Amino acid sequence: MSQKRYELNKNLAQMLKGGVIMDVTTPEQAKIAEAAGACAVMALERIPADIRAAGGVSRMSDPKMIKGIQAAVSIPVMAKCRIGHFAEAQILQAIEIDYIDESEVLSPADDKYHIDKTKFDVPFVCGAKDLGEALRRINEGASMIRTKGEPGTGDVVQAVRHMRMMQAEIRRIGSMAEDELFDTAKQLGVPYELVQYVHEYKKLPVVNFAAGGVATPADAALMMQLGAEGVFVGSGIFKSGNPEKRAAAIVKAVTNFNDAKLLAELSEDLGEAMVGINEQEIELLMAERGK
Amino acid sequence: MQIAVLALQGAFIEHEQMLAKLGVSTIELRQKSDLAKSFDGLIIPGGESTVQGKLLRELDMLNDLKARIKNGLPVFGTCAGLILLAKSIQNDERTHLATMNIVAVRNAYGRQLGSFYDECAFEGIGKIPMTFIRAPYIGSVSEGVEILAEYHGNIVAARQGNQLVTSFHPELNDDLSVHQYFVDMVQKTIK
Repeated sequence: MSQKRYELNKNLAQMLKGGVIMDVTTPEQAKIAEAAGACAVMALERIPADIRAAGGVSRMSDPKMIKGIQAAVSIPVMAKCRIGHFAEAQILQAIEIDYIDESEVLSPADDKYHIDKTKFDVPFVCGAKDLGEALRRINEGASMIRTKGEPGTGDVVQAVRHMRMMQAEIRRIGSMAEDELFDTAKQLGVPYELVQYVHEYKKLPVVNFAAGGVATPADAALMMQLGAEGVFVGSGIFKSGNPEKRAAAIVKAVTNFNDAKLLAELSEDLGEAMVGINEQEIELLMAERGK
Repeated sequence: MQIAVLALQGAFIEHEQMLAKLGVSTIELRQKSDLAKSFDGLIIPGGESTVQGKLLRELDMLNDLKARIKNGLPVFGTCAGLILLAKSIQNDERTHLATMNIVAVRNAYGRQLGSFYDECAFEGIGKIPMTFIRAPYIGSVSEGVEILAEYHGNIVAARQGNQLVTSFHPELNDDLSVHQYFVDMVQKTIK
């Protein structure tokens, strides 16, 4: 990937800011998501809650199914490949996906190496629990970052933890003396230039979204107030009682995340939220995949 | 001078940063009550036109802004902003503000792999950087519209009175000239 292509890929993430990216499994769901105001959709065969329930190995979706969703909507379409599975990523690039999510939601294909994303022309988004993970993924060529959260649980606690961790580390690096940055780069296992960027601009060099466990307009507003630049919602929408209404409410909550009065109105009569699993009840921690 | 930036979704902060470099103060429009604030011009940023159009309607901001633009409020739309201002959209039945006599072609360059950067001439400014992200272009223009830039035969910037549109993103590069062009447009309306 040329430097120009990388800039264009970071630029697309900038256009998604202030928006909601929704998981969809069928063209019909994709149309519902687009009509509800999604700024992009994530095409996958099973949403995280069902992946979690089904167990077993979870892989890239059928390209035919992804193409069906590409044909159904005019907004960007993303799809997931397994961590380290560069052949799946090549296939997704071949069908001209707009963004690849190298995702811990699927079963990892490589327990040591992530994909060398600099070898691709399509952009990648990757999950991160802390600043070190985020910068390592960026160094590998990711042009967008999201918190890992804990997908498919409807429990926002881990997304909050990951976002707070990242923001705290950014603040810490921002206040360091310049000669301390070298050692931080060594500790995080990332190039000095990336740490220097964080020091100077007090933010990641790419757009940073919240993901994992967002189920309500209030969850979305919480993540935005904690510094997310947009929100991924996976199981939270199509596992709820009234997907259209909930999706539209979350979209508005992301735009007006600081207006509690409006958030109160948006939170009314949304029907059943996804049931969810508490952190302590989870047997499989997806966020621990890929570091 | 104060310029409002529509901040419903997309790359609005980038426009605010460009205007700050030009010494122009900005406000964000996120909901209807923000329209009561005082502003001399409006920027509609890149993002997803479907999202911004839907929120303009549902937050009850569309008609108010449309009336102001028709009354001469200077407006500058980039990418999605161009689509929102277009009177018709070739590959979409739905229109939004629909105040400008242009036909927009959505996602005219295809998916993200079709996004590109180049430099190209802009009427009255000269050669400037142009970043196209899943960009539209203008298929055709009708009365009152002046073409400001064409890239390989496709119209990528145009003006009609106080309305300025670009299908590329001047806010993503360091070149301030298109924003300066808009600020000059706004300045002429302030007496």
